[in-house]
Formats: sequence, structure tokens, C-alpha cells
Amino acid sequence: MKAGAVVGASVFLNGLSARANASVEINKTKKTDYRVDEELTSFEDATRYNNFYEFGTGKSDPARNAQNFNTDDWRIEISGECNKTGQVGLEELIHGFDVEERIYRLRCVEAWSMVIPWLGVPLADILKKFEPNSRAKYVAFTTLLDENRMPGQKRPVLDWPYVEGLRMDEAMHPLTLMAVGMYGKTMPNQNGAPVRLVVPWKYGFKNIKSIVKIEFTEKQPPTTWNIANPREYGFYSNVNPEVSHPRWSQARERRIGDFFKRKTLMFNGYADEVASLYAGMDLKKNF
Amino acid sequence: MILKHPLAKPVFFLLCLSPFLWILANAFFGDLGANPVETVTHQTGDWALRLLLLTLLLTPLKNWTGNAQFIRFRRMVGLFVYFYACMHFLIWFLADHGLDPYSMFDDVLERPYITLGFIAFVLLTPLAITSNNRMIRKLGKKWKTLHKLVYLILILAVAHYLWLVKADLLEPMLYALVAAVLLLQRVNLKLLLARFQLA
Repeated sequence: MKAGAVVGASVFLNGLSARANASVEINKTKKTDYRVDEELTSFEDATRYNNFYEFGTGKSDPARNAQNFNTDDWRIEISGECNKTGQVGLEELIHGFDVEERIYRLRCVEAWSMVIPWLGVPLADILKKFEPNSRAKYVAFTTLLDENRMPGQKRPVLDWPYVEGLRMDEAMHPLTLMAVGMYGKTMPNQNGAPVRLVVPWKYGFKNIKSIVKIEFTEKQPPTTWNIANPREYGFYSNVNPEVSHPRWSQARERRIGDFFKRKTLMFNGYADEVASLYAGMDLKKNF
Repeated sequence: MILKHPLAKPVFFLLCLSPFLWILANAFFGDLGANPVETVTHQTGDWALRLLLLTLLLTPLKNWTGNAQFIRFRRMVGLFVYFYACMHFLIWFLADHGLDPYSMFDDVLERPYITLGFIAFVLLTPLAITSNNRMIRKLGKKWKTLHKLVYLILILAVAHYLWLVKADLLEPMLYALVAAVLLLQRVNLKLLLARFQLA
């Protein structure tokens, strides 16, 4: 797997409207060789086994409770340490940028994993348009806060809205993707419609869903699971088989569809691409 | 009285077995969801805990209703607790540890919630073994003392569940609440009895 060489180019994003509720086939504009040669998780499993607490804490809750999630006229507000603040609508995101397919491993902190063909835009391409200034050291993300549309927010299971963050170099890394779809279709509601983050070398909870706000910050932004339990979930949360979660081992994982567990790879198998970002850092302390 | 009916025990046996049959049927039809190992682990664990609470509900039921028939079902429920606990343990030992005892004991020693669950399972074993009439007779008074372990097992099992949950404590807290009620009403009863003896 190498850096994103353009392998093929098709042109259309067919009928991809801001309405993610209807799963529409997408013709991607660009193909890359960012792909793992491992069997894809079935679309069925990837859309019925989800951690998306805004729609309930059970694995099958999001598929049921997000069915009617309305994502019309979705906009992301971009603010903070940059020269051009503003908004970007979903349509703009899809038509103004090259959407690529990326086949990534997804490793949940709960020790299960999937292989998902995402459709998305490199986050760096989006961020650059807003010209982050020299004080922009981090990027903070926020999920929609609306307990009527996201009924799981009625219970204070987490500190709503869900927030996440990346260091600038992580956000600008070519592997980091703003995903607008998967399996050739717009993003299913239960998977974070209409737009979510995908950072394949980090635990799944870093991949914040249904994003409405991106802010460039000078200081490290708060992150939801770290707020919930700072001893167990760090800011970095890089996949690391050698650093256990305080309550369970991260050495192995169950690939959805498998019976037995397999070994977890350092940085989820993306060490060649990202290990240099953390050179000299104690990954046990910066977990 | 329905509890005395000759079919009461067989019917109750089938009721206790039905979660297992349900799991089997779902496994057969491929309906265990995206992560079948997790589904079976959770369901067998849930049923072991639910039935454990039921065994401890039978004595208060007898006391409240004055109907001693409830106690006739206690051994059966207790053995079903052990049955589901065995399945809960075995699926984890097989799928998570490939039947490798070293790997399993590493996990038991390293993860507090697994330590608790494992101790609870180990402690259930002598209770299951001594549940037959011969052992009851043989152990005499010691039998009652030994079977008081069930209170410790209940606390361990609830703590095991509470400790493994990531953020949403609602379900394990419900079990903890029922367990607390069942334990506290016994404490109160004993205190009352003690007062009677003093008076």
C-alpha cells in the first residue's frame, strides 16, 4: 500500500444529494491504491453492528434508531485559527473535491475489526482551502447536537455533543479521510451520515460521525471518551497491541466474520505511513 | 396448586432451557448478528445471572406466600445457572483463547473483570457438585454453610458485569439493584430474628 497514486478516473457522482437517507450508487471520481488486500466486511455486518451512541448504546440500536435521521441541507461550519472561516455544504464537499475509494481496516477499541471500502475526500484537501494559520496546531470536530434527531442524546451516557480532535499533522496526513459514503453508496445513517472522519491507524471512536463543526485550535481540544474516562482513553488513541486498555488486552482482535481472534497490528497495519508522526514519543504515556 | 402439578417441574425445566434452545436455533439459522461469539457470550452470561437472581428469589417467595413448594425448584434453577455459566466460560475459552490455558490464565490474572467472573464460575462448581441428595445428606450442616457461597458469587457476578461496561451502566445497574434487594432483605430478616432472640 503506497501513497495515493491515481489509478483510474471516472467522472460522475451520480445523484448524490445531501439526502443520505436514500442509499444512492456513487460513481467515484478517483481511484487510489490506498487499499488493503483483505476480505471486505459484508455491507450487512458493517451496517448492523455499530457504535453510534447518539442512536443508542446497543450494537444494533443505530441501524434501528437512525432510519429516519434527516440530513437534509447538511453544513459543516469551519472556524478558528485560519484565514478563511466559513461553511461547507455536503453538496459542495462532494462536487468541489475529488471523492476517492479507500479500503481501510477499522479497529474498534473493543477489540473487534472490519475492512471497509470508504468513499471520501482527504481531510487535508478540505482544510487547506480554509488556510489554517501558524497558530493552528490542532483540529477539533463536533457532532450534531439535536436530541430530537439523535434520540440517544436524551440520556447522559456521554457528554454531548460528541467531540474529537487531531493534531495538525495527523489531520493533514494523506490517510486521513472525510468519508461521505461506503460500499459505493452514500453514508448509511447508522455509520455516521452524511459525513464522518476516518483515521485508520486510530481506534474507531476517533472517527467522529455526523460532523457539523471543524475548528482549528492552538491548544489540544477535548475529546469525548477522554472526558468520560481519562485513564482509559487518551487523546491519541493510536491502535497499539502493546498498550492494553486498563480493562482488556489490545493485543488481539476479532475480525467481524471470524470465530477466532487475530493479532492486532501496530498502528492497525499503517506503521509505515504514520509511525514517523510519533517518533520520539512514549506511546505508553501518550496512549 | 399449580406448583404441585406433576408437570410443573418438566415445564419449568423447558422454560429454563429455552434460552439455550433459542441460541441454538439462531445459530442454526445464522441469526446471531454480526458478532456471533459476542452474542452467545453475552446471552449465556445474562441468563446465568438472571437465573442466579431467580434462585435467590425463591426463598423470599416462600416466605411471602407461605408456599414451600417454591423451594422444590431451587436446585434445578441453580444447576441451570451452572449450565449457562459453563457455556459462558467455554465460548470465551474456545473463541478468545483457542483452548490455550496459558493464554486464558494470563487474561484471568490481568483483567480484573475477568478475574471476578472466573472466581464466580469456579465457586459455582462445588455448589453444582454437592447439589445431589447424597451429598446433601453426607455434608449435613456443612452443606448449608458451603451453599452460602451463592451470596459471594452473586456479588462477584454483578461486579463482573458492571466492570466490563464502557459507558452505559443502565443494564448492569438494574441487575445490581435486584441483587441488592435480594441480599438486603435477607440481612434485615436476620437482624429481626436476632432481636427476637434477644427479647
